[in-house]
Amino acid sequence: MALNATGRVAYVNARLLDPASGLDEPGGVLTDGEIIVDFGPGLASLDVCLCDYTQVVDCGGHCLAPGLVDMRMQLREPGDEHKETLAIAGEAAVAGGVTSMVCLPNTQPVMDDAATLEYVARRARQIGLAKVYPYGAATKGLQGLELAEMGMLAASGALGFTDGVRAIANAQLMRRALSYASTFDLMIVQHPEEPSLVEGGAMNEGELATRLGLPGIPVYAEAILLERDIRLVEATGGRYHAGHVSTAEGLAVIRGAKERGLPVTCDTAPFYFGLNELTVGDYRTFAKLSPPLRGEDDRRAVVEAIKEGVIDAVASDHAPQDQDSKRRPFAQADFGGIGLETLLPVTLEIHHNGHLSLLETLRLVTEAPARLLGLDAGRLRRGGRADLTLFDPYRPWIVKADEMVGKSRNTPFDGRPVQGRVLRTVVDGRTVFTRDD
Amino acid sequence: MLLDLSDSYVERNRSSDKKLSTLRGRTVINLFFENSTRTRTSFELAGKRLGADVINMQVSTSSVSKGETLIDTAVTLNAMHLDALVVRHPDSGAVSLLAEKVNCAVINGGDGSHEHPTQALLDALTIRRRKGRLSGLRVAICGDVLHSRVARSNIHLLNIMGAHVRVVAPKTLIPSGIERLGVEVFHDMRAGLKDCDIVMMLRVQTERMQGNFIPSIREFFHFFGLDYAKLEMAKPDALIMHPGPMNRGVEIDSDVADDVERSVIREQVEMGVAVRMAVLEVLTRTEGG
Repeated sequence: MALNATGRVAYVNARLLDPASGLDEPGGVLTDGEIIVDFGPGLASLDVCLCDYTQVVDCGGHCLAPGLVDMRMQLREPGDEHKETLAIAGEAAVAGGVTSMVCLPNTQPVMDDAATLEYVARRARQIGLAKVYPYGAATKGLQGLELAEMGMLAASGALGFTDGVRAIANAQLMRRALSYASTFDLMIVQHPEEPSLVEGGAMNEGELATRLGLPGIPVYAEAILLERDIRLVEATGGRYHAGHVSTAEGLAVIRGAKERGLPVTCDTAPFYFGLNELTVGDYRTFAKLSPPLRGEDDRRAVVEAIKEGVIDAVASDHAPQDQDSKRRPFAQADFGGIGLETLLPVTLEIHHNGHLSLLETLRLVTEAPARLLGLDAGRLRRGGRADLTLFDPYRPWIVKADEMVGKSRNTPFDGRPVQGRVLRTVVDGRTVFTRDD
Repeated sequence: MLLDLSDSYVERNRSSDKKLSTLRGRTVINLFFENSTRTRTSFELAGKRLGADVINMQVSTSSVSKGETLIDTAVTLNAMHLDALVVRHPDSGAVSLLAEKVNCAVINGGDGSHEHPTQALLDALTIRRRKGRLSGLRVAICGDVLHSRVARSNIHLLNIMGAHVRVVAPKTLIPSGIERLGVEVFHDMRAGLKDCDIVMMLRVQTERMQGNFIPSIREFFHFFGLDYAKLEMAKPDALIMHPGPMNRGVEIDSDVADDVERSVIREQVEMGVAVRMAVLEVLTRTEGG
């Protein structure tokens, strides 16, 4: 660790939330160095004898929860540091309460060998903000032609395999990837869009794309690839995870697979339940995402699937782009939006809108992704790492692109009023972020 | 009303003394990121006949960083104190992006598959002068609707003016959700042309096609090319229109295109200058004070 953790800290006077154990009551957390020593309702008040604690943090009655686990984000280091460095990604993460993030392998060079994987992990440790875990490339160079060295990547810490923002298009290769990865009990994470239907497309196909004269991406591009992949899951028994599912049809396919007991899981991003295609409006390139923002019916289907548990987790889908990549005619602009700082407040809308309890909502960004990835994170555990997030779930604020951390400001949520503000983030016992306002 | 003003310029353009001084001292730049003869010449003439200084800029879009070029160009031109900028660009939305960066009036000379407003205006003027009205007319827009900005602008304008608009094309060239723009969709040319007052043909835009939308030109012409046999279904006095440039033998038969009785294709070009004069005058009048 870059910094040594500071002795013993008592976090008291908190509303303690732990989705893993179903805990939601007043309490506190005691940490020693990097480790959680104790937590629970007994530690609610300041009256406990805390004389041997070097520091006492009064949480002011706000929510103290396990640090957020973001299971899908893109790093721009190495390769595109002008868009976002690892240090800035770390700052944005902890400002959003994220203490662990899992990055796609689409850096330059791509993470298809142990060296790049270890470089990123080492850099992240040096920086000492949010922890970074990588997915390994499923295919060499993300080219979709030959399997990457999955075993070596797994040994170097890969939590799963994916070709990132590209779909694994070739059926034979997907079949072998699923088979082979199951040796290590790791999952294949798919970008579920049939590439030949997506090629050249700029936004969701439909009336709005027709009005704007933009080439469309049909909704069924998602379900088609999912259906094929699920056949391959049936044949191979490999673990399969669909990233950022965005359509009602795609979700129906996954619902069916789960009902048949197949090892299929999925996530979505706040974009897909917080926004719809109208955000594109008059060619707003910040709303150019992959998969594209969909129609209102699909957005509602995503909310419904979160409620039902068809969607297992929520990930930020963080994809920083600089001005040169976005200040272009819509069809020329790059895909992607930043999402680390808006992950918690937009996800909390599921709770604020009455769909799920606070604890169930929080589970989507803590315990659920950690469990999918086999990470020891996203829960409060005695003896576990002291990764914590203190937040006020009700505090209102307005997302402003030019107030976001870092160089890339491409948030599709610009101007949106949200509720839920991170007040303090603790990684391995160290406070790495506080907000005073 | 823009069409009335345009009307007055039609007569003026037919006289020998065509030059006016309405826009004397004003600067108009034609900024074209896409090849065009008709629209650019038309805007150039329009500007010059109103007495403005007109400069043509043809910008290559072959460089990789198109977007940067676009905004950089806009900022550069803006520093030269223009009164109006006419822009054509191969990307939908590029003109509105550029308009955010400059202070002068920006006229959309066609952006991608989005809009081509002055084409719709000149089409409306042509129809109104021939038929005396737009309201209640049945207009069939035929061919490559998917890639056509002309079709979109005409659908919007003709609907506002009370015409009944149909689009006729193979399913692969009809954009999804087009019926929500207020049109009736036909996939059979004869059925689509039945009792129409106006037959508006579109150019098959092979340069915008990514991939294969129609099996062959021969097959397209057989089913969707305008010839006399299909034209019989329209009203006997139906007008034939085409925004140009025509692909003879692809979407339109030469004999039909050159039919002096029914084809108003050359008249459309004439109206183009008049309409663009009106647009330039009105926009610089309000912008320039």
